Amino acid sequence: MPAVELPVQKWPGRIHEVTLGGNGRKKVVVGGEATLPFLHFEGAIPHRPAIAIEVHDRNPAEWAENLRQVWGSALKSPAAWAKKASELGADLIALRLSSAHPENGNTGAEAAKKNVAQVLEAVDLPVIVLGPEVAEKDNEVLMAAAEAARGQRLAIGDCMEKNYRTIAAACIANGHVAIGKTPIEINLAKQLNILISDVGVSRDAILMDPTTGALGYGLEYSYSVMERLRLAGLQGDAMTAMPMICTVGEEAWRQKEARVSEGVPTTWGQAKERAILWEGITAISLLEAGADIVVLRHPRSVELARATIDKLMAGAGQRSA
Amino acid sequence: MPLSGIEIYKLLPKSNCKECKFPTCLAFAMKLAQKQAELSACPYVSEEAKQALDAAARPPIRLVTVGANPKSFQVGNEVVLFRHEKTFYHPTALVVRVSDSDSADSIANRVKEATTYTVERVGHNMGLQGIAIQNKSGDKAAFARCAQQVQSLTDLPLMLMASDPGTMEAALEKAAAQKPLLYAATRDNWQPMAALAKKYQCPVAICEPGGLQPLSDLTEQVSKTGVEDIVLDPGVRDFNGSLVSLTQIRRLALKSNFRPLGYPVITFPSEAASSLEEEALLAGQQIAKYASIVVLDHFSPEMVYPLLTLRMNIYTDPQKPIQVTPGVYPFGNPKPTSPLLVTTNFSLTYFSVAGEVESSGFPSWLMVTDTEGLSVLTSWAAGKFDAPKIAKTVKEFKISEMVSHQSLILPGAVAVLRGELEEELSGWKVMVGPRDAVDIGSYLKRSWTS
Repeated sequence: MPAVELPVQKWPGRIHEVTLGGNGRKKVVVGGEATLPFLHFEGAIPHRPAIAIEVHDRNPAEWAENLRQVWGSALKSPAAWAKKASELGADLIALRLSSAHPENGNTGAEAAKKNVAQVLEAVDLPVIVLGPEVAEKDNEVLMAAAEAARGQRLAIGDCMEKNYRTIAAACIANGHVAIGKTPIEINLAKQLNILISDVGVSRDAILMDPTTGALGYGLEYSYSVMERLRLAGLQGDAMTAMPMICTVGEEAWRQKEARVSEGVPTTWGQAKERAILWEGITAISLLEAGADIVVLRHPRSVELARATIDKLMAGAGQRSA
Repeated sequence: MPLSGIEIYKLLPKSNCKECKFPTCLAFAMKLAQKQAELSACPYVSEEAKQALDAAARPPIRLVTVGANPKSFQVGNEVVLFRHEKTFYHPTALVVRVSDSDSADSIANRVKEATTYTVERVGHNMGLQGIAIQNKSGDKAAFARCAQQVQSLTDLPLMLMASDPGTMEAALEKAAAQKPLLYAATRDNWQPMAALAKKYQCPVAICEPGGLQPLSDLTEQVSKTGVEDIVLDPGVRDFNGSLVSLTQIRRLALKSNFRPLGYPVITFPSEAASSLEEEALLAGQQIAKYASIVVLDHFSPEMVYPLLTLRMNIYTDPQKPIQVTPGVYPFGNPKPTSPLLVTTNFSLTYFSVAGEVESSGFPSWLMVTDTEGLSVLTSWAAGKFDAPKIAKTVKEFKISEMVSHQSLILPGAVAVLRGELEEELSGWKVMVGPRDAVDIGSYLKRSWTS
């Protein structure tokens, strides 16, 4: 009988370790993998992927009713929302400063400072602060957030190709981690990592967001770009070896399958459960492609993702057959 | 592993007799390597050479057919570990399990539901691939009766699950013509199970939870009896164990060319799940990571629809992205006064735009132009998304009968087409939308007044 020799790949590279929080606040470390996702028999996976819960600095009227109900009155204040998210098992809070969007109130630096301070006060978890994704407003509110939270080691994003200098510089000046976001393309992701590094951000202070495609809406593109980035990083390319963050909740809940309960085919099934699986399957698929942080919206998806990560990390430390 | 021309040449008679119609044995060998000639054209080839060439031509993961026409499915024959390296070829078959201890009514309902379930996505119809019947009753007659009942209710391929060979044969006597998958040959029953697989010409699953070495040994023993259509069950059920063992099997088959494990793999996600959601998530993992057949213990549309969508995503050929069928797509019950947006039929472009239109809260029409699967700027640069093409699409789908305002919104990246398009479509107003899909919501809020 032929003997089974289990193939074990030697990876010359390793994903950079990035620490969030600390300095009195809880600490979360992501990255550090020396093998592909959850293949513990082959190399070390020192840190489990982290789950961030998305919180806004305004009551998001556009969110699906199902989501609004489950968060209830917590939607009225970012501090209350963050507190509830923390109680529901978030590892991180992802605070989206959407009130700064010109369509949603066009708030400025002062409001950003106040909201970030309130969330930092309400929870002891590390915090990710995301801008409204309008370049000039991003610069304004993220600068303010970076200053207000000096030394708290937030993750701040997004640095985009046209608009990375100001945010990256604010991260350096105030001791934060920069998130670089690029549109589902491996070379653009690498290039932005290089640009952010050239500004002076160290490798242990960069996260990359390769852009999330939700289940049925480009998931396969994100999945493959992330697999390629992770393979390149493990093969020794330091400029693709940044931990990855995926805005799963935002993308999954944008889709009809998660939002709509009436006027859709009966073959889509029951709406609440479908929505949770839409977010959950997107999350797990991308975790298996290399995501280090998934940003989620629904408490049940959080619970499922946490249980799944527990099970996928269960083999850590064993050399299995 | 395929042989090179030189390696094949070494196995040929080297007599240059020309009876194969090629000038030399070397020329013939080169053609064989390129699969442009058949070995049978050489009358003098040795038995030994034939076997070596046959073995080399075998795919590293065997293609296995389950069921008889017309609804049979094929699994296996995969060639890569990562879909970006080429593509995944044979989509994971989703099979729903029923038990012979259930009531005839509940079996009938489940089987009918699973058989008739079909859901459409971007012009493709998706459904389930088979029904598994578990001998839970322990009773031979009940199993045979159940197999017969299921067979009469569905044209989907069957999978017969019994550990006792006598019980298996009782069901096979009723259902063998459908070429069901037999589950499973184990270390205790493999000889009679292999004999049944051979006698009835059915594929057989081999289950050995003791590790990949015992699984490999058992597979060798079964294949030596002449059974070749094999499906593997490494017996590891949990999330991490399943990921690890399926990855190792795929790597051994493809990277180490290890024949005894060069077969498709079957999984049972519910056996490690504490809820329906968890079963769905594990099934999802297995669709992406190397399962060829996934047996579900629950059937509900809200679980199956996301899984079928995931399967479509993962098994899409990365070099040939799905094209969306050109046409006009409604979002949120649009009226004749609702905005009309224009985009291309590259799936990712369509999905980005569709997602934003959907979440904008504006009921809208989206006109998808046939750009042969290219994105907005690429198709514009290639001359496949120009004013005449857009105007033609507007006319083809009779859009002036659907909207009362005679206005269309062009992607911002091709603002340059505006003037020419207004000439092509006389009486129409061409508006320039945002460059990025993400700005569609705010654009509509700002610029659209019906």
